[in-house]
This record gives sequence, C-alpha cells and structure tokens, in this order.
Amino acid sequence: MEYVVIIIGAIFVNNIVLAQFLGICPFLGVSNKVSTAVGMSAAVLFVMSLATIVTYLIQTLILIPLHLAKFLQTVTFILVIASLVQMVELILKKVSQPLYQALGVYLPLITTNCAIMGVALLVFKKNFNLVESVVFAIATAIGFGLALIIFAGIRERLELYEIPEAMRGAPIALITAGLLSLAFMGFSGMV
Amino acid sequence: MPDKKKLPSTFFNMVMVLIIISLVSALALGFTYSVTKDAIAQVEVKRTLAALEQVLPEFNNNPNDEKYTLDDIKYKDLEIYPAKKDGQPVGTAIKTYSDKGFNERISLMVGFDIHNKINKISVLKHKETPGLGTKMAEPRFKDQFNGKNPTSFTLKVKKDGGDVDAISAATISSRAFCDATERAYQALLAGGKK
Amino acid sequence: MSLNLKNELIRGFIKENAVFVLLLGMCPTLAVTGSAINGLGMGLASTAVLLGSNVVISLIKDLIPDKVRIPAFIVVIASFVTVIDLVMNAYTPDLHEQLGIFIPLIVVNCVILGRAEAFASKNKLTASIVDGLVMGLGFTFALTLLGSIREILGAGSIFGAKFVSADASTILLFILPPGAFIALGFLIAFVNKVTKKKA
Repeated sequence: MEYVVIIIGAIFVNNIVLAQFLGICPFLGVSNKVSTAVGMSAAVLFVMSLATIVTYLIQTLILIPLHLAKFLQTVTFILVIASLVQMVELILKKVSQPLYQALGVYLPLITTNCAIMGVALLVFKKNFNLVESVVFAIATAIGFGLALIIFAGIRERLELYEIPEAMRGAPIALITAGLLSLAFMGFSGMV
Repeated sequence: MPDKKKLPSTFFNMVMVLIIISLVSALALGFTYSVTKDAIAQVEVKRTLAALEQVLPEFNNNPNDEKYTLDDIKYKDLEIYPAKKDGQPVGTAIKTYSDKGFNERISLMVGFDIHNKINKISVLKHKETPGLGTKMAEPRFKDQFNGKNPTSFTLKVKKDGGDVDAISAATISSRAFCDATERAYQALLAGGKK
Repeated sequence: MSLNLKNELIRGFIKENAVFVLLLGMCPTLAVTGSAINGLGMGLASTAVLLGSNVVISLIKDLIPDKVRIPAFIVVIASFVTVIDLVMNAYTPDLHEQLGIFIPLIVVNCVILGRAEAFASKNKLTASIVDGLVMGLGFTFALTLLGSIREILGAGSIFGAKFVSADASTILLFILPPGAFIALGFLIAFVNKVTKKKA
C-alpha cells in the first residue's frame, strides 16, 4: 500500500518537474519534439534508477559508517552520476547511433540534470529504505517522462501559432509549463 | 589560445591528476568539516532549547543534558527531554517525526505535562507546501492540541475518525502532524517518563 | 585582453544574464524564489561557489589533461559547494534550512560548470575572477528580482516585511510552482522586449 502512495505521489502529486522544480533544463531544452522527449526520458529513467541504487549503497555502506557523509556526500554522489552518464553515452553509441545523434549534447547534460542528483539526495531526506528508494526513483523518472512528453506534444502544436516576439522561446514555454503545473496540482487530492 | 602548456592526456597523467585532485578535495573538506562541526552542533542545541522553552511547563533544569532515547526500535529516532522544577518532574518533551508529510520528514517537539496531557507543540522542521501545509506551524492549527489528553482527544483528523480539525486543503500535512504527535504520546507511555 | 569593468557588469547583468538570456540554472531560479531573501541567499551562495571554482580552475588549468577536465572541474565545484553548505549550516542556519537540498544542488547548476568550461579553463586568473563575479552577481540579481516579485504578489511582503494586513488575500499562486513558471516566463518576456528595443 505504501508503494502505491510513493508511486502516485512521485508521478502526479509531487511531479519532479512541475512541483519540485528538478530537471527544468532538459525539460525546456529537449521538449520541442515528442520523439526526442521519449528518448531523453528513457535515458533519464535508466540513469536515475541506477544512480539512486549506487549512491544509496555507497552512502549507507561506506559514507555513513565511516562518518564521512557530512562532507563527502556531494562530491561522491556527483562523481557517481557523472560516471554513469559516461557509461550510458558509450552504450548508446554502440547500441543505437540514431538515438545517440538525436540526443546530441543533451546526453552529457544529464549529469547536470538536477533531478538525478536531487532524487539521490531526497531518498535520504525522506528516510526511504533501498526498495522504497528504487521505487521512488523509477516512479519519479516516469513522472519526468510524462511531463516531458506532454510538454513536447504541446510545444509541437505551439509551433503552428503566431506568438508575440518577446514571448517566443523560453517565455511561452515557461508559461505553458506553469499551466501544466497548475493542472497537475489538481492531483493533490488523490493521496 | 594554444594549449601547448597543458599536460598531455596520457593514462598516467589522467589517473594521477584525478587522484591528486580528489585527495586534496577530501582533505580540504575534512578540514572544513572539523572547523564547522561545533558551530553546526550549536545551532541544533539552540533550536532544541528554544523549542523546549516553548512547549514545556515552567522548568529550571537543563532537559538537554538529561535527554535519552528508548531501546524499542519503534522509537529509535525520538529524543526524550525530562523537565524538572527544583528537582521535581514537571513534564516531558519529546522530539518526534513523521515521514507521512508532503515532501521530507517533518520534526516536532511535543511538550507533555506530568498528567500526560499535551502542553504545547512546536514545529521544528518541515518542507510542506507554502500557504497550505505550512499552516501546521501556526497557532490556528497547532494550538488545538494544547491541554488535550490523547486518551479522550483522538490524535487523528476528523476525516479519519479522530478529533483533530485538519487544515483545509492540507489533509496530508495535518495527518503527518497527528502521526508525529501520536508517536510521541506512545513513546511517552512506553517509558518516556522517568 | 583589457578589462572594462562597466562592460563586464553589463554583460553579467543584462546582455549575457545567466537566467534571462542564457537560460541556465533554471532549477534553483524557480525553486527558491518564493521570497526575496531566499533568492538573494541562493544567488550569493552560488556566486561564492562560482568565484571559488573559477579561481581554482584558472590556477590549475594547465595541469589538467584535456580528457579528464570535466571530472576534474566537477570535483573542484563539488568541493566548494560542500564548503558553502557547511559554512551556511554553521553561520546562517535559517537560510540553510530554507534552501534545503538546493544548496548541494548548486553543484549541478549549469552556470558554474558552464563558466568553468567556457572561460576559467581558458583564461588568466584576474579575468576569471571578474567573470565569476559578474556572472554570479547577475544570477543573484535575477533571483532576487524574481523572488521579490513572487513575494510581493504571493505573500504581500518584501524581505519578510509585510505591507498588507495579516488577513489580506494575496495571490498565493505566485509562491506555488505554477506561479514560479508563469512569473519567470513573463519576466523573461519583459527583458526580451526591453533589450530588443535597445538593440
């Protein structure tokens, strides 16, 4: 039962992008086409889940017992994430060249995706155990993908309209995101 | 700008540079930590003392010096502060928590008098929604607990069959608050009174 | 390269403003600007990290083999973030509490890694210091501005000083997530309009 609450919370009620403000840069950057959005979401799902498991284990088995957590957590976590992203890049290059090309510069940028680092840190603030953390990470990534894909769909449509010059690009994207965020707020009665 | 002076990317260089940078970083951070940890601990103590002043009946011991925890694993993250006046017990404050909040763990300090009635509650930490869940720290919500006896005042929101008036549009935060308070009360009964 | 301070300030605050023009560092910009003081605090903390990392990276740039420069920059930046985290926890505890996980998240603020890669690793110390300062202060300016707007509209106060009566209705939306997006969207549109006119 608890897991359902975590999942619904992470995807809808407390959506990582629209409510917690993590993952905005790729959200604004990779959302002009639905196909790229899907690819990015898949990459984020993979990195986020793996990163959460690894950082959780390192924190619980190494950093906390050795009393290093209070000052080595940030450096360790970001290095783990950076390495995982490198790995994903190498794997993608071999497995799917077209996707690798499509994601372009956004792939290494997953390292600076605050959602990944954010989730790795959040599971400790929420006092989750390992299983709960993994469930949370996967659900969060799905929530990220959902927001991203919906947003890309809207943006593809927006391309067809006349937008005042000052509003083009980031402003209209942000306002759209705001409306999407408002819509998602309606979910808070669910849990 | 030509990088003629840059160190070439040989395997040895790359590994060495990364190892050295990491070592220097770890040392610098360890040093900074050792310099700041006392001040950080002091911040915690000040916050705790301020909360104790707020929630306990008049006392003149130092509850922080006499604090203890219970062995039962259910209560392992709680801290119990006995309050005394002129050597006589006047109440107990319990630092409690709930993970049922909206975002991160919420932390409360619940003050009980010697009759096991709630004296006052103070919110230590929370990350609830501004304007909604944050109202749990306001008198309008939390003062309803003052002077209540949990045996007759069920610590659940009315929606769940209890006696607590939830914050409108912030049921989750209200439930978390009740959860934390109930946990403190259970700990009190389980041995939170010396 | 001659340093024209006035040009540099204009660059950091307006022409190449990290938030309004380069669209970097969006996450903290939206998340912590519910109040002016939080925006200011986050901006200054980020500026401190940016300055520190720019200085160190500029000093050791010739000792870092090109292929490992990103991990090297990351370690440097993460270290400064941790230092700021500890210092704030010790000496500005209330702000530290308010900013929460966004303090360690400064490490993924694209402004900092961006400046390290685009500037500090290729320029001398003084230029890097100036760059760190102007980009950081420009970022701080953007955050404080957005924070003020959101606080005025959403809570009827500025830097904590309420100027409406306690029961007055405020547009709570502005302190909540949708308001952040919308306020920033309009702010950038406004900046676009103003800078287009100048050009």
